[in-house]
Amino acid sequence: MDSFAGRKNIIRFLIILVGLIYIVRLFILQVVDSSYKLTASNNVLRYETQYPARGLIYDRNGNLIVYNEATYDIMVNPLQLAPFDTSEFCSILEITKEYIDETIKLARAYSLYKPSIFLKQVSSLAYAQLQEVMFKFPGFFVQPRTLRKYTYQNASHVIGYVGEVNDKIIENNSYYIQGDYIGVSGLEQSYEEFLRGKKGVNIYMVDVHNRIKGSFNSGKFDVRAEVGSNIISTIDINLQKYGEKLMQNKIGSIVAIEPSTGEILALVSSPGYNPELLVGRSRADNYYKLNVDSLKPLFNRATMAQYPPGSTFKIINALIGQKEGVTSQYTTYGCQGGYYAGNFRLGCHIHNSPLNLSQSIQISCNTYYCNVFRNILDNRNYPSVRMAYDSWRNHVMSFGFGQPLNSDITSELKGLIPTKEYYDKIYRTENWRSLNIISLAIGQGELGTTPLQMANMTATVANRGFYYIPHIVKEIEGNNKLDQKFYKKNYTTIDSVYFGPVIHGMELAVNGEPGSGSTARTAQIQNIIVCGKTGTAQNPHGEDHSIFIAFAPKENPQIAISVYIENGGFGGTWAAPLAKLMIEKYLNDSISQPYWEEYILNCDLINKNAKKSQHLE
Amino acid sequence: MQRKVNIWNNIDWTTVFIYLLLVFLGWINIYAAVYNDDHQSIFDFSQRYGKQLIWIFAAFILIFIVFTIDINFYTFFAYVIYGGMILILLAVLVLGTKVHGATSWFEIGNIRIQPSEFAKIATALALARYVSSFNVQINTVKSYVRIAGIIFLPAILILMQNDTGSALVYFAFAIVLFREGLSGSIFFLGLLVIILFILALVFEKLTIIILSVFVALAIFWIINRKGKQFAIALLVYLLSTALFLGLNYFLGLKISKVYIFLVSLGVSSIIYVVFAIKHKIKHVFVLLLFLYGSIVFTFSVDYVFHNILEKHQQKRINTLLGLESDPLGIGYNVNQSKIAIGSGGFAGKGFLGGTQTKFDFVPEQSTDFIFCTIGEEWGFLGTFFVISLFVALLLRLVLIAERQRSSFSRMYGYGVVSVLFFHVMINIGMTIGLMPVIGIPLPFFSYGGSSLWAFTILLFILLRLDASRLELLR
Repeated sequence: MDSFAGRKNIIRFLIILVGLIYIVRLFILQVVDSSYKLTASNNVLRYETQYPARGLIYDRNGNLIVYNEATYDIMVNPLQLAPFDTSEFCSILEITKEYIDETIKLARAYSLYKPSIFLKQVSSLAYAQLQEVMFKFPGFFVQPRTLRKYTYQNASHVIGYVGEVNDKIIENNSYYIQGDYIGVSGLEQSYEEFLRGKKGVNIYMVDVHNRIKGSFNSGKFDVRAEVGSNIISTIDINLQKYGEKLMQNKIGSIVAIEPSTGEILALVSSPGYNPELLVGRSRADNYYKLNVDSLKPLFNRATMAQYPPGSTFKIINALIGQKEGVTSQYTTYGCQGGYYAGNFRLGCHIHNSPLNLSQSIQISCNTYYCNVFRNILDNRNYPSVRMAYDSWRNHVMSFGFGQPLNSDITSELKGLIPTKEYYDKIYRTENWRSLNIISLAIGQGELGTTPLQMANMTATVANRGFYYIPHIVKEIEGNNKLDQKFYKKNYTTIDSVYFGPVIHGMELAVNGEPGSGSTARTAQIQNIIVCGKTGTAQNPHGEDHSIFIAFAPKENPQIAISVYIENGGFGGTWAAPLAKLMIEKYLNDSISQPYWEEYILNCDLINKNAKKSQHLE
Repeated sequence: MQRKVNIWNNIDWTTVFIYLLLVFLGWINIYAAVYNDDHQSIFDFSQRYGKQLIWIFAAFILIFIVFTIDINFYTFFAYVIYGGMILILLAVLVLGTKVHGATSWFEIGNIRIQPSEFAKIATALALARYVSSFNVQINTVKSYVRIAGIIFLPAILILMQNDTGSALVYFAFAIVLFREGLSGSIFFLGLLVIILFILALVFEKLTIIILSVFVALAIFWIINRKGKQFAIALLVYLLSTALFLGLNYFLGLKISKVYIFLVSLGVSSIIYVVFAIKHKIKHVFVLLLFLYGSIVFTFSVDYVFHNILEKHQQKRINTLLGLESDPLGIGYNVNQSKIAIGSGGFAGKGFLGGTQTKFDFVPEQSTDFIFCTIGEEWGFLGTFFVISLFVALLLRLVLIAERQRSSFSRMYGYGVVSVLFFHVMINIGMTIGLMPVIGIPLPFFSYGGSSLWAFTILLFILLRLDASRLELLR
């Protein structure tokens, strides 16, 4: 009946075998091996965490941007406390007795066994004094740490900052303990694991007077700290600095990308803040001040502000129209001051007529794109407008719109490219028509795009149909490669042949003859062919936002840029000349027309608009 | 047919005695582990040892309840209990509280319950019920699938709670199946898969290909014992590899060595199959199946690991296998634990005399690393005694399982043995650096109501079945 009864003995044997192995192992560990023994006089071990220096950050040309400075935290271990001379302690550390009582009470409440921070970031002078007399204060010890220092007061949104871990982080990640630092935003956050290195630990034997008697077991169980990896950013710090300077007294952002790699050359969000404000003892105060500032300097507009793309979006519609076969570079439309359909009118400015595709981009004709957009949506090849819209949306999404680009900047918003269901809801029917959503033709309406996405689109156009995911890190020291995704070409749904006429239009927009109607002649640079497109984003709360996107040179593009200036009005007024200066600075490292620089620097939209609104009140 | 026997007369008092001793030792060691000057009374209910005492008394009440229930309840309702448990495990995924990264707790007021601890009981019952069904033949594909389902369904749910340690416990039920006659080749295959899985992560693909080729050749040699055929097989393989390597070198192609070895392996096996058919050599196809199976498995493990798993999942597997050391994480714990146990010496430092297990040197000292306190304060004498107690308990349980008249009871008995054995082996093994650090409690010792109650119920259901064993007439 039970033919496998014999197997019970194998199971018994297994149990006894494991028991025996463990007993032998324990005998060796506890009796034979002397390396674990402690003598009676120093039977307490102290574990001292060794904090490695955080990795340094360089810009793409090897300029040091972020480095470290040593500092010292006084830690307290409540259970090891014994009565001590408080007055001496107070005088060295410049604290009050109340502070001691209060802090120790808090530390006890946190944990009896785990060390708490008693006093943060003590000067090296106080540290040197304290070191001499440390044995008088059992239960206290000094923990060396590093603080961030910055060579430039720029690029705060790219670099991000480092802050103390909170309880939630400690709970979820066993690496961190109270008082540790962690990258909270920007590059510091996304590359935390590389920058932080690895903590080590030294084990010391300590006598009853809290004096170190030597290394336990001559360091056999110590773990050496590993220094954090240095990081080379893609940022050109001089370009970044220049961009921040140009953006002074203006709200908005600049994103510049190298099209052939997706490397972000500059990422400006204005107003910014000085990264040094978020380091050291006054961090919390400064953070509070920045956080309540009405201009929101902590908000990364370059990746989180979502505006309608305005006329720059005509580029996308021109490409989709060609791809869908409803328009070509030879298609012309006339324009009599606007687009008319029944009672509907969408205005346009006065210009020559009729225009072909390239000219329509050069002159930024609204009528042309109303026609193109309706052709796309009313395309007979699709069973319904909804389906045609879906296809249009897929094309748009292939440029990276409507979704996070998945870059290494942690604070990235996805923008908005509405789904057909979105319009079903708005119009309470599935039978809405192309005319209902005609404002998408010229980049207004329900669209939301971030300046980063716009710069990426520009890079895609410069590449004639593909992009690399934009990223802010070029190289991690000691690691051969970044994440694979940054080396992958992301192709759009548009074939490269359709980009020619559009790029030609962008070239004309900047380099057209005077009087030809070119919208972006303010972006001209001698000897460099800049291809650009202006835009104006409607803003229900005030003056329109000024937008300009461009890449240069036309052949073998080195830089693609998007510039947003809030309440700046027409794109050609502020954004285009600003972009021009950035491009010239990057390509030539000099400015050929200094008066443009002066013009931009003297532009103070923040105070102007503030005065205006005061006036209105 | 059944007859009534007074169950209280038939309780296995040896087991009960060992159980009480273990629970008592656990309690005083928890006291020692968290002892501090501020709370000296062992009955201080704000401290862990005070709470553990409450859990212990509650466990005694549970024992009483287990004993008042009729034994047929456990047989008849095995599937219902199991089904209910699965629902609870699903619920905890949705409604559970996250503690240390694992969503495996229900929080009701101040009390936290960990359903995964109790799921082991339900699984042991359901497995025993299924395998003992009179129409079940264990070595059929249908049974394999169902048995695997019963065991791995709760394990997967627990894995989804992010509690890898508790999920691994389910592998222990292999002991039950072994006893009940599961085919040896299944065990061999399982072992092979585990070994290959680890090898795939530890070594390069190339190494594994070469390794499996030589293992296949060695097996071929062992079962065939024909020097000439073996030599030809080896020669064909070596020659084609050399040929392809040479071609690659002289033509200046830069093809990865992995592909060269694969191609030459393919070519040489085709040549050899032709040769084998001609000369009627046996076992060639089985061997090739084994060889190619291993290679495909290795490549897919590699692919899944690097391309599908998230970074943190990779990391968890790596640390589990000891491939990645986390200085202040897991490796650090083991060192501290070894120092604590080692410093105990032969006779220990005496009750409450431990220094390493106090002050948070050893992490989780009252739960997963409670064995350190025993080692430090009671020395080798203490650890020897505790291990002997566990071995005695396990052997006693094997004896109890074997004397059952119903096969359901026997299989359940082995279920209890499996779970306890796995827990004891892993838990003690990790504190002395013989096992990877898998956070599972030491039965009856570790602090925690859920685990104490679950192990108590698990054990006493068996004692309940045992006490009534004579009711069943053979």
